[in-house]
Amino acid sequence: MEKRVTFKGIWLPLLLVLPQILITAVFFFYPAGQAIWQSLFIPDPFGLSMQWVGLGNFEFLLSDPFYRASFLTTAIFSILVTVVSMGVALYLAVLADRLIKGSGTYRTLLIWPYAVAPAVAGVLWLFMFNTRVGVVSWYLGQLGYDWNHVLNEGEAMGLVVVASAWGRISYNFLFFLAGLQAIPKSVIEAAAIDGARFWTRFRTIVWPLLSPTTFFLLVVNIIYAFFETFGVIHTITSGGPQQATTILVYKVYSDGFVGQDLGSSAAQSVILLVIVSILTVVQFKYIERRVHY
Amino acid sequence: MAERNGMVEKRGSGLWLTHLGLIIGVAFIFFPIWLAFIASTVDQQDIVRPPMPLLPGDKLFENYGRALVSGVNAPVATMLLNSLVMALGIAIGKIAISLLSAFAIVYFRFPGRKVFFWLIFLTLMLPVEVRIVPTFEVIANFGMLNSYSGLILPLIASATATFLFRQFFMTVPDELAEAARVDGARPMRFFFDILLPMSRTNIAALFVILFIYGWNQYLWPLLITTDPEMNTIVMGIKQMFPSGDDFAHWPTIMATSILAMIPPVIVVIGMQRLFIRGLVESEK
Repeated sequence: MEKRVTFKGIWLPLLLVLPQILITAVFFFYPAGQAIWQSLFIPDPFGLSMQWVGLGNFEFLLSDPFYRASFLTTAIFSILVTVVSMGVALYLAVLADRLIKGSGTYRTLLIWPYAVAPAVAGVLWLFMFNTRVGVVSWYLGQLGYDWNHVLNEGEAMGLVVVASAWGRISYNFLFFLAGLQAIPKSVIEAAAIDGARFWTRFRTIVWPLLSPTTFFLLVVNIIYAFFETFGVIHTITSGGPQQATTILVYKVYSDGFVGQDLGSSAAQSVILLVIVSILTVVQFKYIERRVHY
Repeated sequence: MAERNGMVEKRGSGLWLTHLGLIIGVAFIFFPIWLAFIASTVDQQDIVRPPMPLLPGDKLFENYGRALVSGVNAPVATMLLNSLVMALGIAIGKIAISLLSAFAIVYFRFPGRKVFFWLIFLTLMLPVEVRIVPTFEVIANFGMLNSYSGLILPLIASATATFLFRQFFMTVPDELAEAARVDGARPMRFFFDILLPMSRTNIAALFVILFIYGWNQYLWPLLITTDPEMNTIVMGIKQMFPSGDDFAHWPTIMATSILAMIPPVIVVIGMQRLFIRGLVESEK
């Protein structure tokens, strides 16, 4: 796609792109290059010199049980966050779509969490499940269930999943509702006349027609769970107990800044970079298909 | 609207069940926020002896006043200001540089244009979390730790906005630029008098999204603001928890959490149409 009508000049456009190019070069390409470069070295214990190790950092990482465990943790975490937030959002969107009046009011009420930062969402959920003062954990205690996400790995994972999914419901709800409202009602009415009940209509008509939205949200939510949930994990569990909630992004942070292991942290960055690139390519492939469609 | 739902609309018990389902959903969404609000209106004593009350207390002004004026490590009023500067800086900065470069890429033919386009486009792929350590070193070498420019600049180094404006400029009819050229208008005149006013809605929608993105940043401010006076509110909340075994001062922490939500919530609810439009546009 090109414009037919353009202006003359070489210096003016160069001047116009200059701010963005400068900022991108200094704060994006240089650090990204550094990450790749550093991933090939290990610093000596005093931080005075760097020793070339080639792909040594990567080999070490891929054989490191902690890193492998973090991969698995990330996979479980992302799948759970995506399924829970998309499931709840779809359920609410289907209900809101059935309303003739009032769906706007529900929409206004349901988009609140989008504005709540993941780190703040983490603090809210931490407060409810706090082992000493939390309301929910106290009532669970009354029912005879001893909640302790500080010690119990499964409960820690459950809590960060719910807190992360909670913040994401609004976003998914908006896209699902838009997708549902775009389905021509005549199609659904025709099925209703043929005697198809709600569940049959949903399974055979609505769900297939909604699949582009669902697929798009799937990719976007996985990216969200990979990167933007750092705040939730840092506020609630700090990756614990025993690294049970240390997802890959959290490990880059804890190895790089807390553990000061720059080579390994850089290598982890590069691995993440590859993962995001793959996800982005998947996303663009899908968008291309939608455009041609 | 009636015609939209037509004959599959719900009446009677079905309608009530639909409302009931939605109300349960809304309650689930609001419960954590409601509890935080309650906690911000009661005494510390009410909280450390569970269960805490489920209706507001009478310490609202006291708690919010204490948080705003003194906070725990730094006054929350200062943190609110820092967040505001950061969010506005990211939103305005990113929109400004993106408008200019998108204008250049769409309306000019200059050497390196394609290369610039692809360089900018590549940045779509990489969130700041991935290049965090080297970016931190760059900021430290520039002496930009604990500064607004350090908070803002690395987060505007991404091309989402450029890409959006490019797409929009491509849909602007060629006749407008043609007419401007025939009239002898300079390119920047065309940019300010025609292109910018036409982009108003897109700019506003993008502003909403970027403001919230900037306001809700966590990891980056956590790394580069070691001085409590430079903390943003979203990252400052975690700093309010005591490191040892002491009880956290929950009323202050929860008042701060509520304060941290208010500006983005106002933006989202107040500019709902623009927000939804911005969301859908920026993901296309």
